[in-house]
Amino acid sequence: MSGGAAAAGRALPGRPDDAPALPSDRWRALEIAFWLLVVAAFFVFPQHRVLGSQILITGLFALSLDLILGYAGIVSLGHAAYFGMGAYTAGLLAVHGWGEPLSGLLAAGLAGAIAGYATSFLVVRGADLARLMVTLGIGLMLYEAANQLGSITGGADGLSGVAMWKVLGLWSFDLAGTTAYVYSAVVLFLLFVVARRIVASPFGLSLRGVRENVKRMPAIGAPVARRLVAIYTVSAAMAGVAGGVLAQTTQFVGLDVFGFPRSADLMIMLVLGGAGRLYGGLLGAAVFMIAHHLLSDLNPIYWQFWLGLLLVVVVLFARGGILGAADTLVRRAAARRARTR
Amino acid sequence: MIGNLAGVLFDGIAYGSLLFVISIGLSVTMGLMNFVNLAHGAFAMVGGYACVLLMTRAGLPFLATLPVAFAAAALAGIVLERTLYQRLYKATHLDQVMFSIGLVFMAVAATTYFFGPSQQPVRLPDFLRGQVQVAGLGLGAYRLFLIAVVALVTVALHLTMTRTRFGAQVRAAVDNAVAAAGLGIDVHRVFGVTFALGSGLAGLGGGLGIDVLGLDPTFPLKYMVYFLLVVAIGGAGTIKGGLVAAMILGICDVAGKYYVPQVGSFIIYFLMVVLMIAFPAGLYGRRA
Repeated sequence: MSGGAAAAGRALPGRPDDAPALPSDRWRALEIAFWLLVVAAFFVFPQHRVLGSQILITGLFALSLDLILGYAGIVSLGHAAYFGMGAYTAGLLAVHGWGEPLSGLLAAGLAGAIAGYATSFLVVRGADLARLMVTLGIGLMLYEAANQLGSITGGADGLSGVAMWKVLGLWSFDLAGTTAYVYSAVVLFLLFVVARRIVASPFGLSLRGVRENVKRMPAIGAPVARRLVAIYTVSAAMAGVAGGVLAQTTQFVGLDVFGFPRSADLMIMLVLGGAGRLYGGLLGAAVFMIAHHLLSDLNPIYWQFWLGLLLVVVVLFARGGILGAADTLVRRAAARRARTR
Repeated sequence: MIGNLAGVLFDGIAYGSLLFVISIGLSVTMGLMNFVNLAHGAFAMVGGYACVLLMTRAGLPFLATLPVAFAAAALAGIVLERTLYQRLYKATHLDQVMFSIGLVFMAVAATTYFFGPSQQPVRLPDFLRGQVQVAGLGLGAYRLFLIAVVALVTVALHLTMTRTRFGAQVRAAVDNAVAAAGLGIDVHRVFGVTFALGSGLAGLGGGLGIDVLGLDPTFPLKYMVYFLLVVAIGGAGTIKGGLVAAMILGICDVAGKYYVPQVGSFIIYFLMVVLMIAFPAGLYGRRA
């Protein structure tokens, strides 16, 4: 009896050890260490909590993209559309007198989900190139719309005057970013648990099936379009929440929440960290934003050049990003050990 | 109003011709190698800067710089194709997108480093400036010239594709690369030459377009959507589709900005989403 399957409580009686099983859902030591790092960063770098909360928010955004890109294989160049929907929803609610953070976040998620569900039907049809263009078009369209509706969104000047109430009536958002960090971290962790549950479920497995072979899935009875619509909506809701957290913690919404650079950077972070692994997006966001923070002080143009070079190198030599490369190294080391034994 | 309409139509066709000559290489390479190349605009930028440099530093006349723009971009194309692009023909579309975005970033940063972030000037010869009266309409001389050049290029391209041995090889490889290779066609060489040709045409378009599109280091990013649109709407791998798509885009964009400026670029993005939903494989695409 295999320990992992038994502990997960899903092993059928008399089932052979090597039968295909759902991915083990148990938390591994490395995962726990990762989340302890998030806690530790709060105490070790008290002066960088604002940057820290930005990283956590971007990590959540990257996680949402990972669900559709890494698991379902939908290449999107316009995921900022849903991030922006959430950000403006949370921001506008607060500007017009409802500054309660948690319900605002719920509304942001809902706005993202509605936008995602409505557009998912356009996205799931067509091949990669058509998807690329449609997602790009949706993002650009919303950007233009927010730009033109200046009376509501503040246009190019951005939406200011976002006044937030205290979180749970206890903690107000401060300039040092202490509340923002904890708030972002808790939201990220909760949604991460949800995402983790989703990808380990039969539903998550069927998404991977779609990614691997979209023609064979209908043959085994999986409704491909419905699966994709579902995960696209979930992902958009998550992106909306991420946008909402950004609006609430910075108490400002700029037009750039809808911008193409946000979508492109997001994809870069995810690929850099390693897509289809949940942690890849978080790691990529952290590496990307810390590097940006350190390097762009020198000169923004240099940053862009090195970023471009890094992308080319990652694609040519390190497929799977940081986590993919780490995996390869671990496997090689294991193979060497097996040979010497 | 009618005069306006004709003028808008004319400007739209000129703009569309420019989009066509820049994007057609992208369309053919995408159809041929199924490679999503977001860096295509960078080759147009190479051509544009070659033009400007030869004009300002070497004092060459504008027309003489155009062949050099073609050659410079084609050279850049063949070098990158042989060293980098060909490693990724079999890679996933995501990898190709990331790789080419990386190239764009590097091109933008390097151009800014060497030539500064400002718009580059172009000095057109006297006979290409001002307006020409045609049937009571004042048409921009340069735009007429643009349309004429692109018409010539299109005819030459069409003849190359339909009448020459190389054109037949390209068409065979687009239809089925494996079968073409089985028939003894050096598909590798066809890929390389096509890529160079497409990059060269983009470079020519970049040089021609300085007066219309402007030229600064962000050029490849600013117009990336337009180039991709031509391919996506027209259908990858077809010259006719690219031409029709470029004209639709050019006319709609110019008309939209002229008649409803408050909506801005909204029209073009809206059009793109609608067309992509109606024709997921493009107007003339064969692959779904």
